[in-house]
Amino acid sequence: MAAGNRSQAAQGLTLIAPPLAYAVLILAAPLLTILAYSFFKDGYLTVIREFTLENYRAVWSDPIFHKIMLRSLGVAALVTLVTVVLAFPVAYFLSFAVDPRRKSMWLFLITIPFWTSYLIRVFLWKVILGYNGVINSGLKSLGIIEQPLTFILYNVNSMVITLAHAYAPFAILPIFIALEKIDRSLLEAGRDLGESRAMTFWRVTLPLAMPGVVAAALIVFIPTIGDYVTPALIGGGKIPMIANMIQSQMLDQDNRPMGSALAVTAMLIVAVLSLIFVAMNRRFLKVRQ
Amino acid sequence: MTTNNPGPKSTAAHRAAMAGAKPMIEIRAVQKYYGDYHALRGIDLTIRAGEFFSLLGPSGCGKTTLLRTIAGFEDISSGAVLIDGQDMQQVPANRRPTNMVFQSYAIFPHLTVAENVGFGLRRDPRSRAEKAAAVEEALEMVGLKGYGSRASHALSGGQRQRVALARALILKPKVLLLDEPLSALDRKMREQMQVELIKLQRQVGITFVLVTHDQEEALVMSDRIAVMFEGQIAQMDGPEALYARPTSRRVANFIGVMNFLPARVLGETGEAVQIEAPGLGRVDIPMANVSRADPGDEGPSVGFRPEAVSLVAPGAQGANRVAEGVVDEVVYYGDMTYYDVRLDGSAGFDGQARPVRIAMRNVFGREVQDVGTRANVSWSPGSLVLFR
Amino acid sequence: MKGGGLRVYAVVYLLFLYAPILLLPVFAFNSGTIIAFPLKEFTTEWFAQMWGNASLRRALANSLTIAVSASILATCLGIFAARASTRFEFPGKGPVMGLIMLPLVLPEIIVSISLLVVLLSLGVTLSVLTVIVGHTLICMPYATVILSTAFNSLDRSLEEAAYDLGETRWSAFRLVILPLVMPGIISSLLMSFTISLDEFIIAFFLAGNEPTLPTYIFSQLRFPKQIPMIMALGTVLVVLSILLLTIAEYFRRRGIAKTGAKDTGGFL
Repeated sequence: MAAGNRSQAAQGLTLIAPPLAYAVLILAAPLLTILAYSFFKDGYLTVIREFTLENYRAVWSDPIFHKIMLRSLGVAALVTLVTVVLAFPVAYFLSFAVDPRRKSMWLFLITIPFWTSYLIRVFLWKVILGYNGVINSGLKSLGIIEQPLTFILYNVNSMVITLAHAYAPFAILPIFIALEKIDRSLLEAGRDLGESRAMTFWRVTLPLAMPGVVAAALIVFIPTIGDYVTPALIGGGKIPMIANMIQSQMLDQDNRPMGSALAVTAMLIVAVLSLIFVAMNRRFLKVRQ
Repeated sequence: MTTNNPGPKSTAAHRAAMAGAKPMIEIRAVQKYYGDYHALRGIDLTIRAGEFFSLLGPSGCGKTTLLRTIAGFEDISSGAVLIDGQDMQQVPANRRPTNMVFQSYAIFPHLTVAENVGFGLRRDPRSRAEKAAAVEEALEMVGLKGYGSRASHALSGGQRQRVALARALILKPKVLLLDEPLSALDRKMREQMQVELIKLQRQVGITFVLVTHDQEEALVMSDRIAVMFEGQIAQMDGPEALYARPTSRRVANFIGVMNFLPARVLGETGEAVQIEAPGLGRVDIPMANVSRADPGDEGPSVGFRPEAVSLVAPGAQGANRVAEGVVDEVVYYGDMTYYDVRLDGSAGFDGQARPVRIAMRNVFGREVQDVGTRANVSWSPGSLVLFR
Repeated sequence: MKGGGLRVYAVVYLLFLYAPILLLPVFAFNSGTIIAFPLKEFTTEWFAQMWGNASLRRALANSLTIAVSASILATCLGIFAARASTRFEFPGKGPVMGLIMLPLVLPEIIVSISLLVVLLSLGVTLSVLTVIVGHTLICMPYATVILSTAFNSLDRSLEEAAYDLGETRWSAFRLVILPLVMPGIISSLLMSFTISLDEFIIAFFLAGNEPTLPTYIFSQLRFPKQIPMIMALGTVLVVLSILLLTIAEYFRRRGIAKTGAKDTGGFL
């Protein structure tokens, strides 16, 4: 503890070394390997270590890739929109209307479903939404409908519902945190300066909550686009998303360079879209509270 | 422990007793860098055994850094720190004969009051019963007898501070270091603790080193004070000397309020400097009251404290000199009234008006003057300090 | 009452969140073999069937081995990372912590496929061990976040005070820091355990022929006959998860109360 700056850094680096080494070995190295593979040639059972851009050319010109990538982006965008729009009022309620002593209780209630078996939750949506599912059999036994509703069945709609449910807490928490940071006197100032409650919300609360909304959108969008289970279970394997395509290239068809190029391309697209999204909202993000 | 039981603070007898005491902390040419930041710029000071010493300065002046180098939490870039004649260079904080009362008190929240106080006794070879007795004794000393089994997180601010004191003093350190120990308390509690700390220090006779940014606190409690600015000691003196004869305008401004008037030096003898100041006329300032000006000052100036001058009735006779002026502003404080008085002719060399502040203790029967009335200000040359 | 309409909305929203979980026990105790309304009779047959299933027991054993190992490893690594990031400044801190936290936002398919490719090309046999490696990686960021909160709420002068009172750096850590962050450590262990127990993708790709509970469930979902038993299994898992999470939350709050800090919310 009788320590200067140099040994501060040294102690910090010594401490961080084990987790850092682990992340480098198990995460960074494999990611770099994928990156390297994407520039190699495929030789059926082996990988030929020869630089080529052929994989990327193939990916970009593949109509199936276009279709699946666009579908993934569409599903993810829709899920993000639905999740954030549905979550905002809940976050607002939590931050502004709930007694401070009961806030952590509410947060706990909201996060619990998130931590309980993802697979079973996804499957249950299939049960709920399916041809003979809870909704259809329930409505039928009540005599409201005669034929099962099909628009909620094994399609993009059902995937959106399922994913929106799965990522709900992810959207609520960042918005809640942003709302909590807003100085309440700012809202009183808004009212004091003659704005109605609604206009105060529009001109003060919402702009200040935007960093949370942006974070929520990204935090939902990125994992959704890489989701594997929902298309496999809900879509019945018939409407794959990009994760399923990567898996199929890598393992079923055992074309690792191609699969790697696919993965890298998808990650790049997601990264670029995320950056554009952040850039579009940068005037909200500059606010320091 | 030999207690040279000093009398009341700031008396001549007390100072004489202190001056004879052996040096307890010697800090020699200490420099401290944080990267490019020069936190301590050549600190030299000696603190004597049994002394209550304060490091006073604004935040960022290096006072806490200096305290932490004594404790051993910061190593020094160059120089030496000696405690009781022993070089501390190779001695880590846990082996130094110092203990610290932290600004946040650092009471261990998972331990009871008694466990906190007895924390440092873990390696003590005494029996469990003897240690418990020592803890009880320490608690009694700080006025927390019977609090041992309480949970520490339920304590009030003042109680936490007492626990921190007991926990440090139970180890009978040669030096007790206090890092802004009263800053978290409210005003009443703070004033009470100031008195208690002085009593406690006399009782145990340990050298106390206090870090504070509160000049009043430093004046009340200390035998000597080092005023620090930007990593350097600006002045080191007893409270009275520091207040009455600050050696720079900066120190004067930091400790209390001082009026400044521009001055022109007319001549100098061996014993005094003759100056002229607007509103005061020609004055001889004794050499003991001549301080140096800071680099930023615009020429020489003469300063005096608001309570070193007073308003007197017109024509009053006395040894003091009298200047005349007009009351510009009156601020009533209950026990005191502050008058800002514009002295006749004080527009001075540059035509700029400079009202001087005068503090008057309110006495029953004496009326508070109104704004705009003529006033006579009584002052003596001995209360002026010249900065040149 | 404040937020009347919003409160109704929030409750409906909670119902939406809990709908699948609430349906689980309904079908787990329903004697009908098809998961649909109307319900048949009450039965515990599916639980009995589950109990007698050998491959399920094997999956459970694997899952427990993986979850216990991964949660301990991730928490140990998380202690290092949390302590380093909350207490020290060092060059490259931002990127380093970014890399450690990366699995939080990276789709698991990318993590698992890239790791799988490397393991296969190194000739490593897929087993329970390789799943532990993967789960440790994805649990590490959660552990780091939880433990950082625990370390952060500590007043740094507590450690200095212990040192000042004669303890060594290690004994100060043991006597002061460790007891105060212990609730955080327990919370991190339970959270990592829950995550690992539920994790499907990594287990699916890295387990080879070894089943874990989620991969076993996934393989059985294709067979309609097995669904009621899976419902029973799901009920058990959900109850277990809620139990573990409640304990984790209890310890997290106790940790906050212990250090006298302010409660700033739930997980994440």
